[in-house]
Amino acid sequence: MPAIVRTPHPRERRIVFKNVDREGWTTDIDCYLKDGGYEELKKALKMQPLEIVNEVKASGVRGRGGAGFPTGAKWGFIRPGETKPIYLICNADEAEPGTFKDRYIIHQDPHQLLEGMIISCYAVNARLAYIYIRGEFPLGAKIVEQAIKEAKEHGFIGKNILGTGFDLEIYVHRGAGAYICGEETGLIESIEGKRPYPRIKPPYFPAALGLYMSPTIVNNVETLCDVKHIIKMGGAEYAKIGRPNNTGTRILCVSGDVQKPGYYELEVGGVTLGELIYDICGGIRPGHKLKAVIPGGSSAKVLRADERYKIKTKQPDGTTVEEEIGIDDIRMDFDSLATVGSMAGSGGVIVMDDSRDMVWALNNINQFYGHESCGQCTPCREGSLWMQKITTRLLDGGGADDDADMLKSVADRIAGRTICAFGEACAWPTQSFVAKFRDEFLAYASKNGNTSSKPENKHQG
Amino acid sequence: MEIPQALADHIDEVISHYPVSKRSATLPLLHLLQEHFGYISEEAITWVATKLELEPINVLELVTFYPMLRQHPVGKHHIRVCRTLSCALGGGYALLDTFCKHANIEKPDGQHHAHLLKSADGKYSVEFVECLASCGTAPVCMINDDFYEAVSEDSVPELLKKYQ
Repeated sequence: MPAIVRTPHPRERRIVFKNVDREGWTTDIDCYLKDGGYEELKKALKMQPLEIVNEVKASGVRGRGGAGFPTGAKWGFIRPGETKPIYLICNADEAEPGTFKDRYIIHQDPHQLLEGMIISCYAVNARLAYIYIRGEFPLGAKIVEQAIKEAKEHGFIGKNILGTGFDLEIYVHRGAGAYICGEETGLIESIEGKRPYPRIKPPYFPAALGLYMSPTIVNNVETLCDVKHIIKMGGAEYAKIGRPNNTGTRILCVSGDVQKPGYYELEVGGVTLGELIYDICGGIRPGHKLKAVIPGGSSAKVLRADERYKIKTKQPDGTTVEEEIGIDDIRMDFDSLATVGSMAGSGGVIVMDDSRDMVWALNNINQFYGHESCGQCTPCREGSLWMQKITTRLLDGGGADDDADMLKSVADRIAGRTICAFGEACAWPTQSFVAKFRDEFLAYASKNGNTSSKPENKHQG
Repeated sequence: MEIPQALADHIDEVISHYPVSKRSATLPLLHLLQEHFGYISEEAITWVATKLELEPINVLELVTFYPMLRQHPVGKHHIRVCRTLSCALGGGYALLDTFCKHANIEKPDGQHHAHLLKSADGKYSVEFVECLASCGTAPVCMINDDFYEAVSEDSVPELLKKYQ
């Protein structure tokens, strides 16, 4: 149980988090079975695998790990009649700063994850699956291993599952503290026993050349749980939750300077950012005003409290209307956050009030990315460290007037120039913080009286 | 290097989880050896390489890559304080300082990212780690494998008493 347990907010719609913090709930399989557990597995095993893939496609569910890629489409990449073995991996390497949802599924409701995973394996014909769980969840790994053992004893995992002839083994694979393992091809390399250097795409799309160079599906914990509920209610019914192209529920994780930080399972796009912060999370700490929000994990571009956006919305009659909105009006869904230039990402919302120093905040984020860059691509390995050094020197009093431009210049040279999306993940915070809070960066620099960060070149000419 | 029978059996069991490639068992084996010996020695690296029919460099390159793997012993009780943004907003930096104070660990000044620090008697070690994925209950930390959240500075002395 977490240290602070709250009853679900009335606006929540708890589907995946139904059992989280539930009175009398345990991780024991008997508890899960008494609550109707593994019924969807039985239902799914009576369906054709392709039918399940089609239900997931119809549900419109998009990956909950960060990229928001449609799960059904991902599964559809597995070629019919594939002769190589197919693998499925559950990405439980939850590590995007600001995100804390998979932790609770793993620690409190492991059988829900397993049920979703077994159904998914059956749908894509995977006979061997791994749960890649971050190294910092040692208890979580034990809980999931125990759950696997129980599920095996009940015939839900192993040979000839429930007499259907479908065989499946699931194993836990623990990470060891590297954020890059959340990147799916880095994760695959990690399971192969190598350094987790992400692979270049193309050709190494996991669905074509994944684990052991075989087709592999990598899905987030929450996404795999969603599959269970899609089977329960049917894809079309599931698609009615949320908004078009942004279906289902999502667990939004709110942290930072709100009165009631925590996890809230909401219909995707069911609330605006303002409703989330003020109605659900009780608003900003007393005596303070909102200053900035990072809406989708630390990689997402920061939003400034007084920003205005011109967005086009489609009317029911098919016409589009342009309207101007503030950050409070942004719908918390994939498309709306993309429209305002940020992203829904992993659902981690970090709120900062007017007591916070944006140079300090960016420096904290830059230290994270500087530490976590895997070092494979030069722009990211060098650039992430330079961004960290520059924000550090600004804080320490050694910055210069052109440091804001220098930061932007470094970030612009990382994004789009690396093998994996870590390049963007580390560049976006710097690009957005510097663009939106430029005055704060300049104010630090002017305190020092240095006009240029470049050393005088006495040997020039 | 002596591997007790129970651990050897466990290792063989873990290797069986990777029917396609034994090399995949490298990281799990390193976890098991680190749990048993406290750190990963050169001997352990060679042992894993031999066991999995790899070159020692294939093992060493993982030991030097992953932050949780270490080549030197830590304190008897190892404290990991989350450094990342939400915990920093919630007082993570002050929490690390408080742990240092009560665990008699000397912290060099002016270091933003404290590397592993140890008390002189070897009883405690402390380090900053990156996001522990519990940002809603900041600041958080781990002591050995135990997880603690919403840790106030005042609670540190009591917390440390549990780890003697």
